[in-house]
Amino acid sequence: MPDYLVRLVQMHESFRQAELQALADVVEVPIEFVKYEDESPFCIVRLPSDASAKAVISRSLLSQGIYELWGQGATYDALHKSVKEISNAKWAQYDSVPFRFTLDCFRGTRDNAEQREIIDSFSYLGFKGPIRMREADASFKVFEEYGGKAAGPKYAYLGRFVAASGRDAKTTYDLKKRHYISTTSMDAELALVTANMALAAPGKLFYDPFMGTGGFPIACAHFGAVVCGSDIDGRSIRGTGGSARRGQTDKFDVQDNFKQYGLESRYLGAFVSDLTNTPFRLLQHSNSASRGGYLDGIVCDPPYGIREGLKVLGSRDKLNEQERATHEGRYKDPGYIPPRKPYSFTAIQDDILAFAVATLVENGRLSMWMPTANDEDVELIIPTHPCLDIVSVCVQPFNKWSRRLLTYRRRAESEIPEGALESIKKEYEQGVRADELNDFRRKYFEGFKEFERLRQEPSTDDTNNKADDSKGVSGRWRENSGAN
Amino acid sequence: MKLLTLNFLTCAIKTCKSAPSSFPLHPRDASLEVIETDLNLPFLKNILPRLMWDELRVITSELGLPDLPPTPPTREDLVVAAEDAAVEGEESEEEASQTAKDLHRVLLETTVKEGKLVCGNCGHEYKVLEGVPNFLLPGHLV
Ligand SMILES: C[S@@+](CC[C@H](N)C(=O)[O-])C[C@H]1O[C@@H](n2cnc3c(N)ncnc32)[C@H](O)[C@@H]1O
Ligand SMILES: [Zn+2]
Repeated sequence: MPDYLVRLVQMHESFRQAELQALADVVEVPIEFVKYEDESPFCIVRLPSDASAKAVISRSLLSQGIYELWGQGATYDALHKSVKEISNAKWAQYDSVPFRFTLDCFRGTRDNAEQREIIDSFSYLGFKGPIRMREADASFKVFEEYGGKAAGPKYAYLGRFVAASGRDAKTTYDLKKRHYISTTSMDAELALVTANMALAAPGKLFYDPFMGTGGFPIACAHFGAVVCGSDIDGRSIRGTGGSARRGQTDKFDVQDNFKQYGLESRYLGAFVSDLTNTPFRLLQHSNSASRGGYLDGIVCDPPYGIREGLKVLGSRDKLNEQERATHEGRYKDPGYIPPRKPYSFTAIQDDILAFAVATLVENGRLSMWMPTANDEDVELIIPTHPCLDIVSVCVQPFNKWSRRLLTYRRRAESEIPEGALESIKKEYEQGVRADELNDFRRKYFEGFKEFERLRQEPSTDDTNNKADDSKGVSGRWRENSGAN
Repeated sequence: MKLLTLNFLTCAIKTCKSAPSSFPLHPRDASLEVIETDLNLPFLKNILPRLMWDELRVITSELGLPDLPPTPPTREDLVVAAEDAAVEGEESEEEASQTAKDLHRVLLETTVKEGKLVCGNCGHEYKVLEGVPNFLLPGHLV
């Protein structure tokens, strides 16, 4: 397989390789990473053909484009030598087509005279076609990477342009230009990356259980998936609450966002619900084939604090007879508000995993965001489930906290170790792991409170912090995972 | 909310979920609206084997929509047979069959605007407002 040079963007570093891998998975193309460093925007991969290189890169957010690798080296002498070795068989093919030749200096600059000199040094390629800055048949680029001790570049590549990335979508879906957003909307770039990680694609069905103003479903629909979503807050879906944008007080809703981008045909609609009391039909268990999973992907940014309002249906204390009767008598009244109680962040994560297991098709994916305080003990906790494989963990660091994008794959029934579910349940019930877990949870919450304090305006209601940590459907499956 | 969604939704009450009669939810006093959209053949093909067909038929008949065939179509039924459609030697796009068009109309163009969705097991009614069903449960049912 030929080598290709991917020109990455130098940001969201830990997401870049995982994105490329996911995009290769979407188009079912084998990809091999020959060279990748978090510190560099140049990555070398092996792919079967130009066509597959194009298929992989055209959806990418975190790269600019892909190039057939014609040579590389730490000095220009080494680069020229490498070009002559690797690519000389290809020169003839381009010797008379209209072409262009440009320079990309990463963390460095070259004035015009220097640029010309560098380009001229490749004259042995023997291209005699006309030079065209626009619509050339072949585009070549010299890439320089600076950052060493010397004044010049520390490394250089020559590549033939194959295809541009899909990074334009970042601008198209920019929140600044979106009709309807909220204070917790994920920025367009990372929402689109999330959709890529979860393998959103034409023909597939995707769901966001915490849709808010619909940022993730919109991103998935952009890549061709049919989508739906829900939220515990009906106002966010129907949009009776105005937009987070200053001055927007009219009625805006999620549907209008889909309209804005011409994606209504892929929007199934939304409903109001609490993830812990979901109306979705759940896989009862493997016994009945007809009740298999039906979602290809789940993407979400779960609520995690006071501002996002992590609440679930229910009352803090068990209702007595009289209270029950009151609810029963009143719930059909127009102004009735179902009671909610605070809930723990770790429990909701476990619930999301259990929900994913019960609704995803085999090999379907869950991509979920998770904030953590930057604390060694806290770093390690990645929720797990015996029916899910962790595909990737990407970190977006901030000053005192970070957030991670966790991507899981739903295992096929045959991959789930026999008795895995039962034995983990037993361990938990016998308390073997419970203490250990509790300690992690305690630390987690200590860090978490700190993180909240940093992120939030002064808290208004302290009782909100007393979350119920005992109710996670799959809490027993949580473990101290060293995945990174 | 497009009608396809009803093929995935049951009663939100936990104790109802295991009862077969909690699925599908039954539309009541429903006002429907047809909103035309582009036919999405890859999606229909993908989703077809995941549909609970009998339950889909229950809903269409309750809504007074045209009857669906008693047995689910196959993926092949969704495209016009190749020899009719393609000109020799040419790679042509697959053409949607009438079956695909009918299915598209029911699942992806027919929407519930207002009304209720009722659980066949416990009788709880979920309201649909401006096309958005509400599955929040009152205090005594959580
Ligand atoms: C971080 S925001 C997601 C924002 C969304 N990604 C967007 O683009 O607008 C979390 C959302 O979860 C909702 N939520 C909170 N608790 C919930 C629950 N128990 N079930 C479902 N949604 C819930 C909140 O109303 C909020 O809209
Ligand atoms: Zn019910």
